[in-house]
Amino acid sequence: MSVRTNIDEVTSNVPGEEGGPREFGISTIAVHAGARPDPVTGARQTPIYQTTSFVFDDSEHAAELFNLQTFGYVYSRMTNPTVSVFEERIAQLEGGRGAVAAASGHAAQFLAAVSLMEAGDEFISSRNLYGGSLTQFGVSFPKLGWKCHFVDPTDPENFEQAMTDRVKFIFCEGVANPGGIILDIERISEVANKHGVLLIVDNTLASPYLLRPFEWGADLVIHSTTKFIGGHGNTMGGILIESGNIDWFRNDKYPGMSKPDNAYHGLTFAETFGDFGFTMRTRMVALRDYGATLYPTAAWNLLQGVETLPLRMQRHCDNAQAVAEWLEKHPKVNWVSYPGLKSSQFYELGQKYLPRGKGGVFTFGIKGGFDAGVKLIDCVELHSHLANIGDTRSLILHPASTTHRQLTDEQRESAGAGPDVVRLSVGIEDVEDIIADLEQALAQT
Amino acid sequence: MSETASRSESGNPLVYLEHHNYYADTKIRRILRDVKTFAMVGASTAWRRPSFYAMKYLQHKGFRIVPINPGRAGGEVLGETIYGSLAEAPHKFDMVDIFRTSEEAYDITKDVIANKDDKGIKYLWMQLTVRNDPAAELAEAAGLEVVMDRCPKIEFGRLSGELSWLGVNSRIITAKTLRSPKS
Repeated sequence: MSVRTNIDEVTSNVPGEEGGPREFGISTIAVHAGARPDPVTGARQTPIYQTTSFVFDDSEHAAELFNLQTFGYVYSRMTNPTVSVFEERIAQLEGGRGAVAAASGHAAQFLAAVSLMEAGDEFISSRNLYGGSLTQFGVSFPKLGWKCHFVDPTDPENFEQAMTDRVKFIFCEGVANPGGIILDIERISEVANKHGVLLIVDNTLASPYLLRPFEWGADLVIHSTTKFIGGHGNTMGGILIESGNIDWFRNDKYPGMSKPDNAYHGLTFAETFGDFGFTMRTRMVALRDYGATLYPTAAWNLLQGVETLPLRMQRHCDNAQAVAEWLEKHPKVNWVSYPGLKSSQFYELGQKYLPRGKGGVFTFGIKGGFDAGVKLIDCVELHSHLANIGDTRSLILHPASTTHRQLTDEQRESAGAGPDVVRLSVGIEDVEDIIADLEQALAQT
Repeated sequence: MSETASRSESGNPLVYLEHHNYYADTKIRRILRDVKTFAMVGASTAWRRPSFYAMKYLQHKGFRIVPINPGRAGGEVLGETIYGSLAEAPHKFDMVDIFRTSEEAYDITKDVIANKDDKGIKYLWMQLTVRNDPAAELAEAAGLEVVMDRCPKIEFGRLSGELSWLGVNSRIITAKTLRSPKS
């Protein structure tokens, strides 16, 4: 590695001109990507640009900005300097080309859908999703004319069977909420590719520390950054990341990308902005028109959180593995669905896709069904009973009586949220204390 | 490349230059700092075309750009007279930026080499999606430094930090303040 002596030798990812790129490790990226010292003040920490608007140099500059001919900030609904640091940070963590932040994970999902579909279009989704996503896709999206085909994702062939001419993308959670399911993303991406449609992977549960879906063929990655990315249960947020490898001209399924846009005087996003064209269009069309913007202060909170993502995630995984092994031997537990256990049908996929650890969220089945599940949750002292995951604190939830309550019995079963199911989001406390709390609560069921 | 190298149907040598799969940021920054004037082959007068965007942006960043477009010779774009060929332009320029297809880049490159000494050309740049390895090999043999499949506007924006304003991954990690390649 060459010694860096002055700014001209700042090499980012390079040992020298003769060599290839030197990739930074994920912990370095988590701390640094997107953030550089402020050129005016020298501030090392990213400032919070709590402003709605940015002045133009002159009328010509304003015109260029509105025509997307030059780089610059206009209005924080679309771009903001604090938010863009966060966007670049996550884009680089995922190994993607660009990213658009949103007010929540649900907002990011909406931005993706509205950017890819017209009324009358369809998509295929894994049925193993966060309950709120099942409702968004199955109840609210149809009101906009978007039809979702839900399939059992554990056999990638099911995506093939559900394919139609109107399908624009396949959606799945790579590691599925609520419980311990890992999908064969590589095979699902082959189905998407064969039909010339995009694969969108929700990577919320794994985080880029454990899984980078672009390496397995995903085209877009989505996060609820409310979860492990932010990591402290204090800030809502979402993000949509583009791989940079999408050929928008291979078919006519995405006219918004491959045909001239009248609202921008006939520019074609995929041509003018190339491999970050989708990021530009999502920002300058979907975010402009639907306004699901991430707040600058929220972006700053999330930046603080993501700096420690690799440290936290490893601890979440180590603790979860220990808790899962302990639960599996407990007499009041019927089953544990954690891919780090050899008993899991997803053990092999876990070895392939998540070598560093199998995540911090999983489910187990309590003897005594619905009533025992409710009782357990009332008896825990250290675990917080709430509807979130990916907090530093250990969290517990009974999906059948909460997040998945609005679904039918059949939908609950197929989503892995039956009456005996308890979901844990194992925190980063001392694992002995986590286990002791579960032990005393199980004793009371 | 040896004299016995195989030839494609078009007569161009079959060449694959591995050192063009990746360019160090230092190399791109050095070229963008060194270049004062460049010719843009394929410059468009239509303001919604990518070449127009690139020309306008880079003019603002301090470059003088000489537009070359045989179909528009004698016309004007962004305050500059359009010339029909490199030879017809009365200017000296440090670089030629090719805004045409990869196939066309080969003959344009031969023209660049023919005008190299007269114009003082040091660099040959081919736009994003434009890559022609046989052309690059010819140019390098003639002493030109070559960049392919990159956009000077995007690279300028990336290295100065402006591209990051759009949430685009610059891949730059540094504890130093980012500066424009022209500063």
